[in-house]
Amino acid sequence: MAAVWLITALVLAGLGCLLVLLASVGLLRMPDVYMRMQVASKASTLGAALVVGGAAVGLGDGPAVVRAAVAVLFLCVTMPVAAHLLGRAAARTGVPFSRETQPLELPEEARRDTPPTA
Amino acid sequence: MIVLALQDIPWALGVAHVLLGVLGLSMVCAALRLLRGPSLPDRVVALDLLVVAAVAMAALLAWVYRQPALIDLAVLLALTAFISTVALAWFMERSRP
Repeated sequence: MAAVWLITALVLAGLGCLLVLLASVGLLRMPDVYMRMQVASKASTLGAALVVGGAAVGLGDGPAVVRAAVAVLFLCVTMPVAAHLLGRAAARTGVPFSRETQPLELPEEARRDTPPTA
Repeated sequence: MIVLALQDIPWALGVAHVLLGVLGLSMVCAALRLLRGPSLPDRVVALDLLVVAAVAMAALLAWVYRQPALIDLAVLLALTAFISTVALAWFMERSRP
């Protein structure tokens, strides 16, 4: 029975590490800031949450589990907010989009070459 | 709940060290994008991913070396990453040409 918990923790941590690795490979391979942001924020949030959860299951004592739960909750709340703020800042400062993007509902600043004065 | 100690089982310890190596590889990829990224948001995204990989690595080290205090380090790193990303986004919007 104790081995089941160990295997569970190892599987969780392995999946999480794989997701973080995929996020970093996507960060290297994607053509655009916005695509990189999308890859990095979502996959790495789930990956880090899985690794922290696996470590909590592996440690298995009460206070560590509570602190790991706090860490996971904090990551899941803050990472989308940070990615949204960063994407908005990139679009408003006129970072160019990839050629495959169809910028239909983006702010004017993102479509023009030179952003207007505020 | 009774959990087997990771240190008593050699193959499990080996698997955990391989996972630490995978996290290190992803940190190297993020650092490459941090050095190469053409614009400032690229570098900030790479820094964010670097810190998230460090959070995962701190939690894994807490497990491998049985030091539950390292989980506090993971919480603190997540907090610092959020504050620095928000501050850099604010700085970018403020200092646009």
